Amino acid sequence: MKLTVNGVEHEIESAPLTPLLYVLREELGITSPKVGCQQGGCGSCTILVSGEPRRACLLAVAAVDGSEITTLEGLGTAEALSPIQTAFHQHYAAQCGFCTSGMVMAAHAYLENGGGTGRESIQEALAGHVCRCTGYVKILDAVSAAAGGEVASNQRWLPQPGEEAPVEVPGAPA
Amino acid sequence: MPTAVETGAEVLLPTSEDEAVAAFGDGAGVTVLAGGTIVVPEMTYGYLKPQRVLMLAQAGLDGIARDGSRTTIGAMTSVADLTDLPSPLGLCAANVADLEIRAQATVGGNLCAPQGRDAPRGDLQSAFLALDAQVRSVGAGGERTDPVETFLADRAGRLILDVSFEEPAAGAFARLDRPHTHDYSALTVCAARTADGTVRVAVAGVEGPAVRLPSAEAKADDPAAAGAAAVSDATFADDALASAWYRERTLPVLVRRVLTQLQEAA
Repeated sequence: MKLTVNGVEHEIESAPLTPLLYVLREELGITSPKVGCQQGGCGSCTILVSGEPRRACLLAVAAVDGSEITTLEGLGTAEALSPIQTAFHQHYAAQCGFCTSGMVMAAHAYLENGGGTGRESIQEALAGHVCRCTGYVKILDAVSAAAGGEVASNQRWLPQPGEEAPVEVPGAPA
Repeated sequence: MPTAVETGAEVLLPTSEDEAVAAFGDGAGVTVLAGGTIVVPEMTYGYLKPQRVLMLAQAGLDGIARDGSRTTIGAMTSVADLTDLPSPLGLCAANVADLEIRAQATVGGNLCAPQGRDAPRGDLQSAFLALDAQVRSVGAGGERTDPVETFLADRAGRLILDVSFEEPAAGAFARLDRPHTHDYSALTVCAARTADGTVRVAVAGVEGPAVRLPSAEAKADDPAAAGAAAVSDATFADDALASAWYRERTLPVLVRRVLTQLQEAA
């Protein structure tokens, strides 16, 4: 089996019924999809399959053989965040962070599909995502701001080069 | 990594309807994996240790075809693809879980879903019962087309190919939901009226698969009386979402609502 994850092609060794979540985390070392409920109810493992949000815990890897997978590592770089990542940063939309990668992936797909700033449609898009810190208001604010183009797309957030060593993110495109 | 998914089960990956039918055979010892929203977590949690898995991801079997007033829906069609269809099916589908689950869950899976351990499954069954849908399936004895009611009562060892129904003159949907991390419906009630005036009412979220409510249908002109009568037609599930006591008291309300909606659609 083959998967293209964040633009990089991988030959997959896991058994065909292994959920994509474990293939990403254990075989490929890509850990932004979180192991939450493992039954499709929490949203923390959400990734994109051909650009559409899916639960990695519910997909047997053989069912997505040959697919293009995008995880949080593929959205932006530490120097150039994607608009939705910038919006989450600007609006303090992460608390403990466990739900964040799933929230960001679902919100990214919502924006890519032309989603607007309306509260109701954002709630619909994020309905399957649980934040146990209950930080929903700031998350909705962030998605709404990104949908309205109210965030810079390349906001710098790490210290300047030389101030601190860059963070290596497993699974990020080479 | 969970050990439950490393069972070494034989995986069959048909790439056409014919291959899927041949691989399914008489269904003995075969676990069908359609969208995976039920089967994959059951394997993860170790409840299900399949020997042979028929994975339908590449088998086709999806799509919605309309021929005059008749709609035919392939078994692998996603729940999300139904949401624009007329009530009750469209509304019922739109209220299943959330966006990601609807995109992955399938019509065939919903019709075959066994009763959930903690919460109901198979909301769409109530819509298909209200629509008097026909289920085309294969298995021992070959291909068969059954009324959905017959199919739900005897569905072991069957592989669904498609489900079809006549567009109703009017349809209605109501549910008992609950703010919960999993957006399940504790009870789903659907009703439809055919062009000749026949009214069918059905409920999902009861013990076992969804059932018709004949006592309510007999009093369809009087929504309140029909609601009260409906209680005798169902055995109520008792699970983590709602007690049987609560469901029994809510069913009359939902039945009254759908029948009132049907009257208003007249």
